[in-house]
Formats: sequence, structure tokens, C-alpha cells
Amino acid sequence: MKSAVIVFPASNCDRDAAVALKQMTGNAPHMVWHQDKDLPDVDLIVLPGGFSYGDYLRSGAMASQSAVMRAVKAHAEKGGAVLGICNGFQVLTESHLLPGALMRNAELKFVCRPVTMTVEETQNVFTRKYSNGQNVTFPVAHGDGNYVADEETLDRLEGEGRVVFRYAPGHNPNGSARNIAGILSEKRNVLGLMPHPERVVDPLLGGGTDGRALFESLIETLS
Amino acid sequence: MTEITPELVAEHGLSDDEYGRIKRLLNREPSLVELGIFSVMWSEHCSYKSTRIHLRKLPTKAPWVLQGPGENAGVIDIGDGDACIFKMESHNHPSFIEPYQGAATGVGGIMRDVFTMGARPVAMMNALRFGEPSHPKTRHLVSGVVSGIGGYGNCMGVPTVGGEVNFHKSYNGNILVNAMCVGLARQDKIFLSAAKGAGNPVVYIGSKTGRDGIHGATMASAEFSEDSEEKRPTVQVGDPFTEKLLLEACLELMATDAIIAIQDMGAAGLTSSSSEMADKGGSGIELDLDRVPQRETNMTAYEMMLSESQERMLAVLKPGREAQAEAIFRKWELDFAVIGITTDTRRLVVKHKGAIVADMPVTALSDEAPLYERPFSKRAPADGIPSFDATKLVLTSLKTILAAPDMCSRRWVWEQYDYSVMADTVQSPGGDAAVVRVHNSNKGLAISTDVSPRYCKADPSLGAKQAVVEAWRNITAVGATPLAVTDNLNFGNPQKPEIMGEIVAGIEGVAEACRALDFPVIGGNCSLYNETNGEAILPTPAIGGVGLIKDVRRMATIAIKREGDAIMLVGDTKGHLGQSIYLREIEGREEGACPPVDLAMEKRTGDFVRRLIEDARVDTVHDVSDGGVLVAVAEMALAGDVGVEIGVAGTAETIPFFFGEDQGRYVLAASPDVIDRIESELREIGVVHAIIGRTTKEKVLHIEREGAVALSTLRTAHEGWFPRYMAGEAIPASN
Repeated sequence: MKSAVIVFPASNCDRDAAVALKQMTGNAPHMVWHQDKDLPDVDLIVLPGGFSYGDYLRSGAMASQSAVMRAVKAHAEKGGAVLGICNGFQVLTESHLLPGALMRNAELKFVCRPVTMTVEETQNVFTRKYSNGQNVTFPVAHGDGNYVADEETLDRLEGEGRVVFRYAPGHNPNGSARNIAGILSEKRNVLGLMPHPERVVDPLLGGGTDGRALFESLIETLS
Repeated sequence: MTEITPELVAEHGLSDDEYGRIKRLLNREPSLVELGIFSVMWSEHCSYKSTRIHLRKLPTKAPWVLQGPGENAGVIDIGDGDACIFKMESHNHPSFIEPYQGAATGVGGIMRDVFTMGARPVAMMNALRFGEPSHPKTRHLVSGVVSGIGGYGNCMGVPTVGGEVNFHKSYNGNILVNAMCVGLARQDKIFLSAAKGAGNPVVYIGSKTGRDGIHGATMASAEFSEDSEEKRPTVQVGDPFTEKLLLEACLELMATDAIIAIQDMGAAGLTSSSSEMADKGGSGIELDLDRVPQRETNMTAYEMMLSESQERMLAVLKPGREAQAEAIFRKWELDFAVIGITTDTRRLVVKHKGAIVADMPVTALSDEAPLYERPFSKRAPADGIPSFDATKLVLTSLKTILAAPDMCSRRWVWEQYDYSVMADTVQSPGGDAAVVRVHNSNKGLAISTDVSPRYCKADPSLGAKQAVVEAWRNITAVGATPLAVTDNLNFGNPQKPEIMGEIVAGIEGVAEACRALDFPVIGGNCSLYNETNGEAILPTPAIGGVGLIKDVRRMATIAIKREGDAIMLVGDTKGHLGQSIYLREIEGREEGACPPVDLAMEKRTGDFVRRLIEDARVDTVHDVSDGGVLVAVAEMALAGDVGVEIGVAGTAETIPFFFGEDQGRYVLAASPDVIDRIESELREIGVVHAIIGRTTKEKVLHIEREGAVALSTLRTAHEGWFPRYMAGEAIPASN
């Protein structure tokens, strides 16, 4: 699997994503600068966590207007896989590659902690190596992770099996609608999620290795 | 030209004697710009004029120390060509006036101190002191400071991995915000601030200069009064996005060989960076302020020289490398300007609008700055063994202590910090020391910040010693070898002999402990004048220690991992209740002598415990500190969610045994056969120890003859206070 990680000026999980990809695939991903207009020929694009352009405006709002995002949209429209983690998820909703929006956490504070989620869908390139209903624990670290969408959109997401990760009861860290942690695009090739799978790949970090199956799913499908 | 009146001199915080000294050094009256420059450079904050004589007592050398005090941060050798660069610094006064921005810019400032030397910051720590919880401002200050630290550090993508938070009424009008940054560099890529050579371009990089923070250093060198709120305009505003760009751009420039010297513009901004770089390089600097990138119109030379706008750096480049450097800074969309040149005159010359507005010898701002041997009086330490009420129930007291403001879980605080970004945090907040892996290796850095101000108040020298041994012990307890410290000496007004006595005793205590433990001080910061309306804070010499773990796969944590382990207490328990948390929280008294510190025994015990961890014989260790052994055991049970059964060992009575704060102790948990062998080894080296219990299947904390309490009950007590308090629930009138 060939991959690329988009680097905005204040991305700060770009290295973490690259390390996880290297560890899981054996190949270092391409690092693509936000001003680049073209993407390398890759199977997977990762939009990493961080603060894109400082995010003093709505998180991800400026990034959605960047040169590189036009190329990412084109990649997604062709059916290419895009994984947006944390700030990457925010960029995806701001770019309308995913529906809804990520508001300030319900408690109005940044929150960093491991959270348990249920894998609700495995019929897609990102989670096929998990089992349906499996509980997994990833860390979150965000201030704006409170997923919202209108009732109709939420019903549609549920009905089409696009809610991939849902916070387990008592684990919702941000007040998101219907405990949503991660969703798929209509064509199921774009995944956005607030928790960080790339931080639970290396067993030495002590947080478990529940993130590995996400990368294994991608490798199995896209290689 | 502005006439320099005695009132103007006084407003600049300069004494008559100091003003006389300025006139002698210049052989004339200073200009207003020069007066401003002297005022900040001779401020306590920049010149260390009250403490320099005493700071010389600190041990600063060891074979692994690559750079001691005097640079932006200290540097140690951690093997394989790697260097660890770290420093702690206070941002107390600004944080009291404007908690979010004060704390945020404190974090930004200390990060720049570290990355200006070529390091990528890899961990942040902090040491925070607030007023009593019932004080009307405390919640607001806690909330603002914590979110400010998180807001800046999280955006930078540097994990904030731990710290400490205390409450005490002496900080009601003067909180302490000490931030520590730890970075990593290659030993052959360390950058210093000595602007050597003449004719080299002086370049300005980063944010534009505005009118913010003018005279911040002078403010930090005076006591507070009721009208301190009016000083809000002297607090800077942080922009972590720009700092992130500055970090990446600087590291990119540092990968070239274009830089001769570089220093961040911290306190006293352009003034201190330019004069200090010239001073260290044995050169002079000529600045043309018309070329300084400015955020506001019509800025005067005075304002530009004294601005403390954030996210700025000054560098001296090799001639001809300006374009290469500029291209990097343009890529990161930062300002870049050649604003001056180094000279061989040993003078700082400042030009503005075609006129020379300042022209002074560089040494007037450094070597010739005032140095005071202030009178001091050391008071007799508190002494005596306090009585206690033997009828108090141990389990009830434990619950109360675990829920006390100073003892409860800090989860509410550290969950607002991204402690796992960079994917190298192998030990998260809540343990003895934080541990971050050295990227691409199995080595780890263990970091801890410590001081017990109540001990320092009772006995400034012993309290300072205790702060050092506690940091050393915390680092040891995870399995690391303690290597060096940065100190952040927070005290009151040094012009009062009794406060100066605390400062001198504190420095001497730090020096003695660091010398005995081979734990040199490689940098730090003094924050004096921490007083409001004449009331000083508790003496608070915060110690930030760093140690090295050879292999993070062999590391100990406080969490009990299995049932059936034996629990062993290593170190001598006399049951010292003087100045203890128990006495304060249960009996409402702050009395008696501090626990004594036996440096030789401390070292012998710690070295033994560390070897057990390194040899993978023990993976569960907790140092015994605030609250004593019962609190330590309860924290271990809660962290692992494994039950324990313990009892009194030795001759101490129940309450002193469980709650005494004797130093030099660790609690270990390991299988009984491992513990058996450890016992005989401890006997051989003469370290007192006792098996005090075992870990159990049932999730309760059971004490022989006292009864049992469910871990869930203790957890509710321990975790509950902070969120409830911050949500606005009423709390007791004082702590």
C-alpha cells in the first residue's frame, strides 16, 4: 500500500501517522506540503491531527480552502481512500467530504484520554479486520470533537451503515450526537474519526494495539 | 530629548545608586531609550543581582553535562550522540494578571529557550501553585492557567506529560506558574548564543514587534499591590500557531550551517537578546530599528527595544547566507529581516530614523550590572515532634486525605493536556515521573517536577534539600538514572532580610543535595518579589529533574499488576508527622520539624531500587512522599485496580506508621519469592525494609485491625474533588 500524509503548517500528528504507517506497511509515506497542488500516486491519503493553520477560526475551515485539499477531493471523488484523524476529520467535514460538523466539546475543555468505542461497521476498507460489535480503545485529544448533524443526516448515516465507530456508553468525551466517533462517506472510501488509531499501534506506549487492525484493513484491501 | 527626572528613574525601578552607576558607565546622562534598556537589563528578572553571588554555590558540572547555566537552557549527554536540552522558567506575575495568556506565553517562552539551542521539544512539565480553594479568584486562575498551558502546548504538538498543583493561602495574591520544557538534539547540532565575529548579519525572525509586554521584566521584579490589574497591558498574547512555524523554520535553518548564534527574544525582547549575544560573543551589535518588522505604526525606539512580543528570535548568520535563511522563513510565512550587524566595538548601538538613540558598552548591561550581597537573616527552623490524636480512624483519615485539594487526583488538569502526541509517551501523568521515549530508540527520559513548600516554610534549607531528593527519587522509582536538574527559585522580596535568608538557605539546600546525589543544576530561573501587599509566598524552590532509562521496556510504574504480590516498604519508617499532610488535613495543624533527609542513605536506597528495575526483577514501584505510606499504597491499588491487604511493621505506632512522611522510602510489589531475595540483599547493604502486606483478588484496601474499604469508594473520593470544585461546588473555607 502506498500512502501519503498531508502536512499543514500546524499539523502535529503528521509524524505520528508516518511512523505508524511505516511500522505497519514497511514503507514510509509521502509527506505532502499543504501548498502542493498535486498528489503522488498513492492508495491512501491521511489527513493527520493537529491545528492545520492554527484553527483560530473554526477548526479545519482554512485548511478546507487550501491548494492540497482540491487534490484530496479529486482523489476521493475517484474513489481513493482518505483517512482523516482528529483535525483531519474536522478538515473533512469543513471540505464537505463528510457531512455534519465538529463543534466545541460539550464541556468546553480540551480532552485527552483513552476512550472505548464499538466498531459498528466492518464492510469497508478501514475496519474489515475488526469484528462487528468489537470494543476498541483509542485515545482522544481534541477540543472540537462534538459531532453534530441534522436528524435527517444522522438517520441517513445510521441507515446506510456509515457510523463506523461509536463511543461506548459512558465514554463519549465530547457530547457528540448519538455518540458518534467516526463516520464514512457515501461511497465508503472516506473515513473521519476523532480518536487516534496511530497512537495505539506501538505496544510499548502502553495504550494497547487496537489501532493496528485499522491499518491492517487498509493494507489488506489496498495493497 | 526627554529629560531624565528622578521620578522617571524611579518609575523604571532603578534606585538612585543604580542611576548614578549608569551615569558613571556612560560618562553622561542616559537617553530615554538607554534608561529603558538599563531598567530591564538591570532588573532582578534579567540580572539576578540579588542571587548571583549565592547561585555560584550550586554544583553545575558532571562528565555528562555538556552545557551548564548561562545559556538559554542546559544540555546533557544521553549517549549515542544524543543530547537532552531542558530548562524550567516562571511566568508568575503575568499569569496572575491574565491567567490564560500568562500561562500560554510562559509555555511558549520556555519552548523557545529549548529550540533556540537546536532541540526539538519533546515534553512539557509544569509546577503550579494557587491560592486556597475558597479564595474567590482561585477557580478562575486554575481554569485559565490550565487551559492556557494546554492551549499552547497542544497546538505545538508537544506532549505535556506531568507536573504538580498545590493550593495554599500564601499564593492567594501571587500564583506560581513554572513551566519546563525538555528537548532532544544531536550533540553536534547544538546552537549557542555567542555572537562571535564582526561584520556578520544580525537577523530578526518570527512575529512582528508590537507594543505588548513592554516592561514585563520590570513588572516581574516588583511586588504586587492592589492596582496590579492595571498592569494587564504588560502581559503578552501568545500565538502558538506562529510558534509552531517558528519551531519548524528554525530547525530547518539549523539543519544548514548558516547560523553563528541564535537566541530567543524573551523577557526584555530585542534588548536582552542583542546585548546578551554580543556580550557572550565578545563583540558589539549595531541595530537599525527602521528595519524591524512592526505590527503597529509609529512605534518609538523605546517601545521596540522593550517590547516583549512573542514568537520572535534573533540570529547571527554567516555573511552571505541571508538569502538561504530568508527562503526558509518565507516558506513558513514568517517575517525575516536583516536588522543589524555585529561589530568589534563591544558596544550596543541602536539607530532609529537616522539618529543614534542608544550607544553603550555591552558590559554595562552584563558584568557591570549591579550585584548585591543583600543582608539576610536565617530564622531557626520549626522543630519538635507534634502530638496526635491516636483515636482517629485510619481508614476515615485516608479517605479525607485522598480527597484533599493538595492530594486528590489531578486528572481534571492533565486531561486538558495532550500528553500522548508525538507517540513516544511511555509513562503518562499520574505516576512518579513521566517517561518519554527518545524517538527511534528504546531509551527514555524520565522527568519530574517537585517541591513541598510547606517544608520549605518550616525549614528553607531542609525543604530545598527535600525537593531535590524527591525529584531524584521519583526519577529513580520509574527505573531511570537521575542526571541533572533545572531549578525555579520562587521567593518573596529579597530586600527583606528574612526573605533573603530563605533564598540563601534554599540555594544552599539545593546545592548540598545536588552535590551529594551527583545531580548537577544545569540551568534555571529565579522569580523574586512574589509578594502582594507585603505578604510573601511560601518559599518555593521548584526542582525539575531529568533522568535516563536505558531501556523503556524495563520500567516501573506505580500500578499494582497482579494479585498475590508481596508489598514491601523500603527505607526507614520512624513515623515522622511534623509538617505532614496528615497533621494539616486531619488535625488542622502545620507544626513540627520537617522530615530529615539522609542524602547518603537516600542514594544507597535509590541506587538499589533502580537496579531492581533495570534487572527486570521489579516492575511496580512508588516513592513515598506526601501523605506517607498508606497514601502511596492506596494510589498503587487504585492505579492498578488491584486490592491490597496491609498492616503496620516495625515499632512505629499505627498513625505515624501509615501517615508519617519519613524520606528515602519506596513501596515495591513483586512475587513473594522475588521479594524474599530482595530482603536478604537489602539486609546486606544495611537498608531498613519490611514486608507490609500483599495484593489481593478482592478490590478492597484492607488494613489489619482497622477494616476494609472498597477501591471504588476510595476512587470516588480521590477523583471527585477537582471536577466538583471546578464545577463550582462549595468547598471548606480553607485548606
